[in-house]
Amino acid sequence: MNILDSAKEKISSGGRLNFDEIFALYQDNDLLYLAEAARRVKESKSGKKIFYTINRHINLTNVCSANCPLCAFQCRSGDNRAFTLELADLEKILLDAAQIKNLSEIHIVSSLHPTKDFNYYLDAVKLVKKILPNVGINAFTPVEIVNFAKISGKSFSGVLSELIQAGVTSLAGGGAEILSDRVREIICPKKATASEWLEVMRTAHKLGLKTNASIMYGHIETLEERIEHLLKLRDLQDETGGFVAMMLFPFHPENTELGRKFNLRRVGAWEDLKMLALARLVLDNFAHFKAFWVMLTLPIAQLALSFGADDLDGTIGEEKIIHAAGAKSSAGITRQKLEKIISECGYQPVERDSFYKEIF
Amino acid sequence: MFVRGELEKIEQKVLRGKRLSREDGKFLFACNELTWLGALADYVRKKICGNLVYYNVNCHVNLTNICKSRCKFCAFGRDAQDRGSYAMTLDDAINLVEEASRDPHLSGLHIVSGLHPTWTFENYLAFVEVLHEKFPLLHIKGFTGVEIQHFSKISGLSVEEILIRLKAAGLEAIAGGGAEILTDRVRNLLCPKKATADEWLNVAKTAHKLGIKTNASMLYGHIETFAERVEHLIKLRDLQDETGGFQTFICFPFLPKNTALEKEIKQTSMWDDLRTMAISRLMLDNFKNIKAYWVMLTVPVAQVALSFGANDIDGTIHREKILHDAGATSPRALAEDEIIKIIREAGRTPAAVDCNFNIRRIIQ
Repeated sequence: MNILDSAKEKISSGGRLNFDEIFALYQDNDLLYLAEAARRVKESKSGKKIFYTINRHINLTNVCSANCPLCAFQCRSGDNRAFTLELADLEKILLDAAQIKNLSEIHIVSSLHPTKDFNYYLDAVKLVKKILPNVGINAFTPVEIVNFAKISGKSFSGVLSELIQAGVTSLAGGGAEILSDRVREIICPKKATASEWLEVMRTAHKLGLKTNASIMYGHIETLEERIEHLLKLRDLQDETGGFVAMMLFPFHPENTELGRKFNLRRVGAWEDLKMLALARLVLDNFAHFKAFWVMLTLPIAQLALSFGADDLDGTIGEEKIIHAAGAKSSAGITRQKLEKIISECGYQPVERDSFYKEIF
Repeated sequence: MFVRGELEKIEQKVLRGKRLSREDGKFLFACNELTWLGALADYVRKKICGNLVYYNVNCHVNLTNICKSRCKFCAFGRDAQDRGSYAMTLDDAINLVEEASRDPHLSGLHIVSGLHPTWTFENYLAFVEVLHEKFPLLHIKGFTGVEIQHFSKISGLSVEEILIRLKAAGLEAIAGGGAEILTDRVRNLLCPKKATADEWLNVAKTAHKLGIKTNASMLYGHIETFAERVEHLIKLRDLQDETGGFQTFICFPFLPKNTALEKEIKQTSMWDDLRTMAISRLMLDNFKNIKAYWVMLTVPVAQVALSFGANDIDGTIHREKILHDAGATSPRALAEDEIIKIIREAGRTPAAVDCNFNIRRIIQ
């Protein structure tokens, strides 16, 4: 039996794919085979349900000491795009968010501010908790956690414990990019290494803090590196079970140094859907896959629901990071529109909280 | 694959090369099994047209947007005194094509225009003559069944005579637009002043008899029912059985922006677009080519459509006007290397063709 046949055999019997099989499935490029198989996996886990949440994204600052070539969001202080929310600014945003009916989650992701100390972030979380005591706080990527440890002199575990104490209920899944030091040296040399990213996740999971996971593809990584990345996530999930949802981020090259330097173009919808379906098949121990419509655009996110995704993320409010890199999607969406998109595919829209608990 | 019941029966029919019925078509529109539909359409595509994806390096020439038909779904047509109305002179058209000809790969022109209230047939004919004379190497595809019918009406000549004269002037193929939905119920509501369903079909039939190839299309996502979409496809399939003169079929999702229907009708979803593409591939078993028209579908959807039965992605276009008036968000032109990248990412081989699908270059 050749490798592709053994991969397909495993897919129909529910076996676990190995590196060579994943490689062969990718090269085979049979998009609709992957879609059908991924959709079956999705339906075996969550049936006809498609989740979404009412959430609000908040970016505390875009001033950053990491200045990753992959990023169009960050800038240096003094730049005319620079902003940093002080607690009073944040309070206004939160009071505004408190008006949103059924708000389930505040999502906070920011750059690595060169002078703000760890207390600034802790205070931000405490303020969210004070104003919105019943809302989940999905905050900070492992990249930020590594930074907090560095600027505070505390251990990962120390930083995470304090954040939990302050009110963080789950960690964001970003900053994983490609978990290979070769790649990170080129696309984000100054931020958390691959092993640091994984170690923060492991520590968080041990402390009972759930997290998401992600991959950012379509820049200078090789196919082998994408597959290695997925396998690293699968291994850690076997160990801890702490990942809730997986997200796939196609790299948006517009306005980035990386894009300019390597003359990169955004990969096509084909690649997006293929990677989604393939990742769903590889990560057999992940319950949820998000079709993050901000990155994919709504039409492709809708289609992603038949390529293995079971979650459209949320209403978002005001997305800044990806729009800085030229995302063409709108910055927010209504619940009615999300529900319509889901129903149109013959699926059942289910509003969820931060932990995929259904809201009735 | 993974389906049961009625769907499995349909799947068996397709795998055995049997023709799908009207009832099968309606069933498929109701089924919501999108990736199953896509995989089945992809199977048929592989069997009928293999691994090549056709595109052409072309230039759209829209001679005028002044139109006396003023169909409800159109954002391009205007009255002569309206702002933004225009009518090209022969020199305007020559200049446009001259500019597009700076691309050494330019192989064809696509000429589609409004039904100008005072232009005669000779006015339109003159554009073909002069463009053919100035640019003898460019293949000219032009005029929809609606325009040909209009020429017949304003000149008193038969459709056949019109076609003979256009062919003599240098026209090599007829465009596929204007079919909309080929039922009189829909046409009476949306476009009562232009060619009827029978007239449109008659132009295609007459052209085929004269050895002129034509394209076919369907404009969906407005007021038509799924049953009418199926009816439309079957009418095209029947005529193709008779003449074999259709080259490619194009699915046009209706773009409501800036049209009279803007308030009542929402734009179709990608879900519907891909479903309709796949079902068209399955129903039109006697058509060789199915086009994913990126201007309407957007580039990402057109790319994905290559696995939902499409084997033709249209062309570089060079300044699309008609659909951009209706809020199309795609670019107005695509560079050839962008088209090649899109096709290659889908694992297929790009082949540049002329308007009669003669292969000019295969990009290995």
